[in-house]
Amino acid sequence: MTEVPALKVTDLCKSFSGIMAANNLNVEAADGEIIGIIGANGAGKTVFVNMITGYLKPTSGTIEFQGKDITGIEPRNATHVGVCRSFQVSQVFMTMTVEENLLTALSIAKQDGRAMLQSPRAPDLLIECERLMTLYKIVDHRNQVASTLSQGVRKLLDIAMAVVSNPKILLLDEPTSGVSVEEKFGIMDIVIQALKEQGATVLFVEHDMEIVERYVDRVLAFYQGEIICDAPPIEALRDPKVIEYVIGGDHALNTALSGGAGHA
Amino acid sequence: MIETLKKDKTVRWIILGFLALAITGNFMEAWVQNNIMFGLARGLAVLGLMVLWRTGLISFGHALYFGIGAYAVGLVDRNLGISDIFLRLIFAVGASAFVGFLLGFILRKYRGIFFAMLNLAFSMVLYGILVKVESLGSTDGFSVSQTTILGWAPENKYALFAAIVIACAIGAVLVQCYLKTALGSLTTAIRDNELRVEYLGFSVARAIHVKYVMSAGLAGASGALLAMALGQVDPDSMVNWPVSGELVFITVMAGPGSVIAPFLGGVVFEFLRTYAFELAPEAWQLIVGGTLLGIIFFLPMGLWSLLERIWKRRGVSS
Repeated sequence: MTEVPALKVTDLCKSFSGIMAANNLNVEAADGEIIGIIGANGAGKTVFVNMITGYLKPTSGTIEFQGKDITGIEPRNATHVGVCRSFQVSQVFMTMTVEENLLTALSIAKQDGRAMLQSPRAPDLLIECERLMTLYKIVDHRNQVASTLSQGVRKLLDIAMAVVSNPKILLLDEPTSGVSVEEKFGIMDIVIQALKEQGATVLFVEHDMEIVERYVDRVLAFYQGEIICDAPPIEALRDPKVIEYVIGGDHALNTALSGGAGHA
Repeated sequence: MIETLKKDKTVRWIILGFLALAITGNFMEAWVQNNIMFGLARGLAVLGLMVLWRTGLISFGHALYFGIGAYAVGLVDRNLGISDIFLRLIFAVGASAFVGFLLGFILRKYRGIFFAMLNLAFSMVLYGILVKVESLGSTDGFSVSQTTILGWAPENKYALFAAIVIACAIGAVLVQCYLKTALGSLTTAIRDNELRVEYLGFSVARAIHVKYVMSAGLAGASGALLAMALGQVDPDSMVNWPVSGELVFITVMAGPGSVIAPFLGGVVFEFLRTYAFELAPEAWQLIVGGTLLGIIFFLPMGLWSLLERIWKRRGVSS
C-alpha cells in the first residue's frame, strides 16, 4: 500500500429520514487494488458507491481521493478528478450504435472547449474507440444499436464508457447483474483484464460469491449500513458474521468455497 | 467546421435547394412567394425547436423569442430609424438570445411538461405586457417600415424573399455544422441518458443552456424576418400562445430528421392553411388539425421521414 491511499473513506454516514443507510464507514484502497463489495439487498452497498461518486451527499464523514477531499463532489467533477463508475442497470445511449456511444463518451472525456466543437469522428477518437472496442471485445457489435444488444454486451459497453477518461478509481455496481450464468465469467475476465492493464483501483458490488472469490483482492461485507468484515476473500467468506448476514447459511458457504478461493 | 461544410451532403442539399428557390422565387405569383417567405421565416424558429426536440425537450412558449425578435425590429425601426435587414437581424437575434440566456438559467433545471409550460408562462408574461403598454402599440401593435439591404430599397418583395431564403440557408448550415460537432452530438445523448452524460463529465444543464440560447436566437431571427415580411408587429400574431402552438405544430409535422425539415414543414403549413381556409373558411382548423393527426398516426417521424423513404426506394442517400 502506498503512503497516500488511492481512496480513503473516514467515518462516512448517510441517513434517510433518520434511518442510517451508511454508518461510520472507514475504508482505504490502494492503487490497483480490486475490492469486492458484498451484502444483502438494502445493506448499503450502492449507497456507499453513490456517495463516493457524488450521486448522494454524505450526512457526515469524509472521502479523500489521493489525499484530496472529494466529499460531496458533483458527479461530473468526480469524473474529472478520476473517479468513475458503471451502473447496476446499464446507462448507455440506447438509440445510438456501440461505436457512436463510445465516440460520444470519448469526445466528452476529451472536452477542453475546443474539442467539443470538433467532430466526434476525429481520427484520434476513432483510433481510441477501436482500441476500447477491441479491449472489451465488442468490436463485432460496433454498428448495433444499444437497445438491441444482449445484457452482457451492454454491460461491457457500459463499463467501456466508464473508463474512457482513464479513471484512477472505478466503481462497478453489480457488473454481472442481469447477465446469464454462461456469460458472467467471460465478462468479468474481459473487464478485470482490461482494468488491470489500466492500473485502476476497482471497487465492485457483487452478489455472486463465485465472482467475488475469483476476482477480488479484498472483500468489504456490508450489513445494515455497516462494514462487518474487511478482509481477503478466503477469510471474509469464512467469517461467521459474513456467513450469517451476507451469504446466508451452510449451503451458500459450501457453494461459495467450492474449488477454493483467491485464484484470480 | 470548414471540413463539415465540404463533406456534408445535407449542406450541399441546403445550398443547392435554397439557391434554386431564391432564383425561381422571382417567377412566382405574389401569393406563392408570400407563402414560401412566411413558411421559411417560421422554419427558422422551428429549427430551434427541432434542436430542443432532439434533446428531448418541447417548448410551448417560443413565441416569446419570436415576439422579441419581431418587436426588436419594430422598435429599432421606430426609435432608431434602422431599416437595414442585417442590423435589424443583429438586434433581433441579440435581444432574443440575451433573454434566452437569462431565462436559460431557470429553464435548464426543468424537463418534460414543466419545461414546456414554464416557457408558455414566460411568453404569456410578455404578451400581457405588450397588450397593456401603449408605447409598445398595445393590442394593435405598430407598423414596420420597408426593409433595406445595405442601403438599397428594393421596389418589389422579391429582394426580401431572396434575403429570407439566404438567411434561412445560413441558419440551416450553421445548425447542421453545430449538430456535427461533439457538442451537437450531445443532443441525442442527453435525450437518451442524462445520467450517463453527467458521469462522463459534462454538465447537462450547460449543454441544454447552449441549445436553449441557440433556439431563442433562431426564434428571434424568425420573428424578425416575419415582421419585415408582414410590415407589422402585434401581440396576437407574434407573441400569443397560438403562435407557440403553430411552431410546435410545424415541428411535429416536419419531423426531427433533418435541418431542412423545419423549412419544408413551415412552407407546407402555410399552403395547408391557405388551401384549408379557401376550402372551408368556417372550419379550416379542422382540416389543419386532421392533417396533423394523420401525420402523427401514419408518419410519426414527420413529413421528412416520408421523403427519406422515397429517397431510399430510389437509392438516393439524403
